[in-house]
Amino acid sequence: MSALIQLNNVTKHYRRGKEVIAIFEGLTLAIEKGDFVAIMGPSGSGKTTLLNLLGGTDRCDGGEIIFDGERIDGYSEGQLAAWRARSIGFIFQFYNLMPVLTAAQNVELPLMLTKLPARKRRENVETALKIVELSDRAKHKPKELSGGQQQRVAIARAIVSDPKMLLCDEPTGDLDRNTANDILGTLQLLNREMGKTIIMVTHDPEAARFANRTLHLDKGAFAEVTA
Amino acid sequence: MSLMSQTRSVIVMNVRSIPQRLWMSLATVVSIALVVAVLLGFLSLANGFSQTLKGSGAPDVAIVLRDGAEAELNSTLSRDQVDLLGRGPGVRSGADGLPLVSAELMLVVDGIKKSSGTKANMPLRGVGPNGLLVRKQARIREGRMFAPGSNEIVVGAGLLREFEGFELGRSVRFGAQTWRVVGVFEAPGTVFESELWADAPVVQSLFKRGTSYQTARVVLAGPAALPAFVDYAKNEPRLQLKAQSEQAYFAGQAERSGLLIRYFGWPLGIMMAIGALAGALNTMYASVSNRAAEIATLRVIGFSGFSAFMGTMVEALVLSAVGALLGVAICAVGFNGLSASTLGAGFTQVAFRVQIGPEIIGQAVTLALIIGLVGGIFPGWRAARQKPLLALAT
Repeated sequence: MSALIQLNNVTKHYRRGKEVIAIFEGLTLAIEKGDFVAIMGPSGSGKTTLLNLLGGTDRCDGGEIIFDGERIDGYSEGQLAAWRARSIGFIFQFYNLMPVLTAAQNVELPLMLTKLPARKRRENVETALKIVELSDRAKHKPKELSGGQQQRVAIARAIVSDPKMLLCDEPTGDLDRNTANDILGTLQLLNREMGKTIIMVTHDPEAARFANRTLHLDKGAFAEVTA
Repeated sequence: MSLMSQTRSVIVMNVRSIPQRLWMSLATVVSIALVVAVLLGFLSLANGFSQTLKGSGAPDVAIVLRDGAEAELNSTLSRDQVDLLGRGPGVRSGADGLPLVSAELMLVVDGIKKSSGTKANMPLRGVGPNGLLVRKQARIREGRMFAPGSNEIVVGAGLLREFEGFELGRSVRFGAQTWRVVGVFEAPGTVFESELWADAPVVQSLFKRGTSYQTARVVLAGPAALPAFVDYAKNEPRLQLKAQSEQAYFAGQAERSGLLIRYFGWPLGIMMAIGALAGALNTMYASVSNRAAEIATLRVIGFSGFSAFMGTMVEALVLSAVGALLGVAICAVGFNGLSASTLGAGFTQVAFRVQIGPEIIGQAVTLALIIGLVGGIFPGWRAARQKPLLALAT
């Protein structure tokens, strides 16, 4: 397998007043195509910053980020937005659905960034909702759905434009155990059946077990790797 | 990428989410509606007043005043001059073969306004037998014309509407004299409806005006005859008077008086607009703040900052447009067609109807949309600059 995304010697600092806080000093990481990786670590270890760098929603101060053979760390804001739209699906802890839109309209959002005609968009939305087994909830608004159903809609939104990589930020953090396992099962299915590369930040060791491997991040460095 | 489709999506989301901020949005709509209603109220007052004055003048009737006089009250004409005017070029004759000239004088008398119960000035016009003939719009609606040489008056329908005690058959006192109302005349949409008319020689006599008049109205063969008549009135050594078409005379007065109302209405409207703008900015900043997670989510997915900006802008414009429509509706239902009166150029009350028109609606709606535009730009800019960070989205 070849790496889908690589971080080479990446540095990232934040400035708080006059103080400069180093998050990463020379972080290196490679995620293979088709991998399902869980990233764990204590609060403040840099998990969310890592996810932002991997998702092109934040910039590194040094080093390079390569996605599918192409450096993305020099992209402009517009290029990064376009890259995110076609390459990455995001799944959030609190689902982040638009409350005024129906499930189908929420799923359709990433397709509004493409030039697909309305008919094709509709077809893709139906397929995505079918994959997460929510075809019968297409016209429901988020508040009419349970937490698990909302997260399934969010997964459908993440996969509707067929991105290569899914980034999940505590995707089961707001769900009970059984529902969380259902969601994680769906992610596992997307990884195994559809070949999606998945990177999931989680605090939950149970959730991490669904991944192929777990990376432990501590103080800006990977302390331990478990299979 | 389709910038249009993503912008459309964000706009739809923004507009649909307005009910989630119902009370703040409603406050903005109401404040903008008040701005529009107040401004439109003043503009429609000015408009109605101007229309009334402009409607009072005919293009083929010359009004003659003393050279240098701007209004009837500070003009004076002698009987000889009136006779000479009747012999001017292009003057039409009546059925009796005599020139259609009406020599008139105007005095200010007191009346009690129905609306406030306070005293206000009314114009009492002394007119000759041609008084009705030189005003095509005027006709006796009830009763009859005053009899020459008598203490009888006819009252304009507008004045009757605005002032107490001028109903047909009533007696009224001006100074030491008692007058009897024998007729009501109407001259729709003109200033004349706000006047009392009596026989000119009686007015001259009872108000000690000798044989002088203030103005003469001269009916010409047509508008084309005006330049020659103006030239005659100006250059004839025994006249040296200023003649102009009645239409131009009232248009000039309408402009001056209308401007006064507008000069009051616009500053008030703009001051209120600044208040409404503060409200609109507050609402839109709150909107951006409430939707911070939504905006960040969309930005993370790949939506542009421009679409976030446009969503906020259009929301602000929708609120201001709804406010504008409400303001126009309030003004149309509450004010349009109302009878009002104000001080005219002759220091007398002019009755008119408040009149909303497309031009002033356009001006008031434009002000509302400017509030929306400015109220949307800065919060929209904030929305557009929101970073697409995962932490913000969650």
